[in-house]
Amino acid sequence: MSDVTVEKSSSLWKDAVHRLQRNRAAIVSLIALAIIIFACIVLPAIPGFLQDPNAQNLPNKNIGPSASHWFGTDHLGRDIFSRVLTGGRISIAVGLITTLVSVTIGVCWGAISGYVGGKTDSVMMRIVDILFALPFLIIVILLGKTLEPITASLTNFIVDSLNKTGAATETLNKTRAWVEPITTLVPLFIAIGTLSWLTVSRIVRAQVQSVAKQEFVEAARSLGLGHCRILFRHILPNTLGPIIVYTTLTIPSVMLLEATLSFLGLGVKPPYSSWGILIDEGANRMISNGWLLFFPTLFFSTTLFALNFLGDGLRDALDPKSAKD
Amino acid sequence: MLANISQRFLQGLLVLFVLFTVTFFLIKALPGGPFKSAEKAIPEHIRAKIEAYYGLDQPVFIQYGRQLKNLVTGDPGVSLRLEGREVTEIISQGFPVSLRLGLVAMVFAILIGIPLGVIAAWKKNTLMDYSAMALAMIGICIPSFVIGPLLAEQFSRRLNLLPATGWDPLSPSSWLLPSLTLGLATAAYLSRLTRAGMLEILNQDYIRTARSKGVGSFRLLVVHCLRGGLIPAVAYIGPAFAAIISGSVVIESIFAMPGLGLHFIKSIEVGDSPVILGIVMLYGILIILANFATDLLGLWLNPRLRASR
Repeated sequence: MSDVTVEKSSSLWKDAVHRLQRNRAAIVSLIALAIIIFACIVLPAIPGFLQDPNAQNLPNKNIGPSASHWFGTDHLGRDIFSRVLTGGRISIAVGLITTLVSVTIGVCWGAISGYVGGKTDSVMMRIVDILFALPFLIIVILLGKTLEPITASLTNFIVDSLNKTGAATETLNKTRAWVEPITTLVPLFIAIGTLSWLTVSRIVRAQVQSVAKQEFVEAARSLGLGHCRILFRHILPNTLGPIIVYTTLTIPSVMLLEATLSFLGLGVKPPYSSWGILIDEGANRMISNGWLLFFPTLFFSTTLFALNFLGDGLRDALDPKSAKD
Repeated sequence: MLANISQRFLQGLLVLFVLFTVTFFLIKALPGGPFKSAEKAIPEHIRAKIEAYYGLDQPVFIQYGRQLKNLVTGDPGVSLRLEGREVTEIISQGFPVSLRLGLVAMVFAILIGIPLGVIAAWKKNTLMDYSAMALAMIGICIPSFVIGPLLAEQFSRRLNLLPATGWDPLSPSSWLLPSLTLGLATAAYLSRLTRAGMLEILNQDYIRTARSKGVGSFRLLVVHCLRGGLIPAVAYIGPAFAAIISGSVVIESIFAMPGLGLHFIKSIEVGDSPVILGIVMLYGILIILANFATDLLGLWLNPRLRASR
C-alpha cells in the first residue's frame, strides 16, 4: 500500500507505512498475497506452463500429488494445480471487481449523505437502515438467479464485437475461454456489489461529517469552490484511511460469499472453476482423495487470512487511535 | 420509550413491505417459470389453463395485490412446485428444524465466542491471547462448507460418535454437528468484538480505581468489566442472528437437513413464488425481532444510550 501517495505532505502516510512495516503479521500477509496473485494471474498467462484446466484425461484420474501433477488430479483426470490457479484468477477477480462496485457506491452515498445533511441525509440513511434489515444472502441468491439470463448475451456481445474486427478463430475461442467465466459472474458482481455497500456508506458518512466541520473546508468554500470540488477534492481524500481499511476487509468477505454461492451451485458454472467450486468438489470426495479438498482450501484460506491480517494491520497503521495497543 | 417502540414497529412494517416488494418482482423476473421447466414439457394450452388456475395469467400488479393481501391475512396460498401443499404446511414442517438449528448455533456462538474474547482481553499480548485470536481468524477464514465435512469426517466416520447427516428431533446428537458448524463463524466474530470491548473497559479509570482498592480479579472481570465490555458484542447479536439464518441454508444442504433452507433453494430453481415469499417474509420478521431485542438489550447494558434518547 506504499504507493498511495495522494498527498504531497505525506507525513501521515509515511507514518502509516512505517507503522505497517513494523507489523510482522501484515508484512507476511502482504508477501503471501503477492505470491498468490503472481501465481494466479501471471502463471496461467504463460503459454504452455499450465496444463489445460478443463481437459479431461480419464486414464490419469484420481492420482495423488506427484511430479507430473503437483496437486494431483480429480475424478475426470483434470490437473488440480492448473485448476486451482485458474480458479483463483476468477475468485480474485470476483473479490476485486465486486469490492470496487460496492466501495464506489458506498463512498458516494455516504459522502453525499454526510455532506448535504438535513432531510436528504435522514432519508438516505433510512434507506440504508431498511436495506440493512433485509436477509442479505437470501436476496443475493434471488438477485443472482434473476440476472442469470444476461450472461450469455453479454458473452456473445463481447465475442461478436471481436469477430467484427476480423480476428482469427483461435483467438476468438481463447477470448471466449477468458471472458465466459467472468461474464457468468456478472450477476453475482451486481447482486453482491449493490447490497454490500451499506457499512462503507455509514463509515464514510461519519468521516465526512467530522471533516466537513474543519476550517480548511470553510476556507475552500469562502474561496468560492463548488460543492462537488470541495467534497471530492478536499473532504474525501481526508477520509481515505478508513476507506482503504474497509476495502481491504471487504474483499475477503466478498470472496467468501462467492465461494458460498458457488458451493450452492449458484455462482461459477462448470466446466470453469473457482476456489468455491473446487472446495465443493473436494468436499464430496475428501475421504478417498483428500488433496482435492486440501489444496483449494489452502489457497482460499491463506488469501482470506492474509487479507484480514493486512486489513487489521492497515487499521492500526492508519488510525493509531483505534489500535488495539 | 413508548414512542420509540412504536416508531421501531412502524419501521419494521416498512422493512417488511420493501422486502415483500423486492422479492415479489425479483421472482417475477426469474427466468423460466413454475410450469415451464425443460424436463416435463407441458402442452401450451394445458399450461395456460394451469396458470389461469393459479392466477398467473393476470396482470402483475393484480397478482402483487393478491399476494400482499394473502400474506397480510396470514394465508400465503399453495405451493406451485409441490402440488396441493399449503405454504403454511411446508413452513410448519421445515421451520422447527431450521429454528432449532439456528438457536443451538447461537448458543454455541455465545458460549464459545464471549469467553474466548474475555480471556484474550484479560491475558492481553500473551500466548493465550494470540492463540485465541488465531482460532477466531480460522473461524472467519475457513468456510463452513469446509469445516462441516471435516467435522463430520472426524466425529462420525472416524470416531463414530455422532450421526453425519439427517435430522432426528428427539436425539440432540444429530443437531450437534450442524449447529456447531453454523455457530463457529459467529463465535469468531463475537470473540473479536468482545476482546475489543473488554480492552476498552480495562483501560478505564474506574477499573484502575477498583483494582487499587483491592478487588479480586475474577470479581473485577465479572462485576465491573463484563457489562460495559459486552456492549459491542451484544450490538452484533442482531446481525449475527441474520447471518445465522442465512447460513442455515448452506448448513442444511451440507448435512441434508429437511429445513426451510432446502425448500428455499429448490423453490428458487423453479420460481415457486408463494413458498419463496412465505420463507423470505418469515426470515424478515425474525431478523426484525432479533434487531429489536438487540436494541433493548443494548439499552439495558448501556445507560448512556438511555440518557441520549
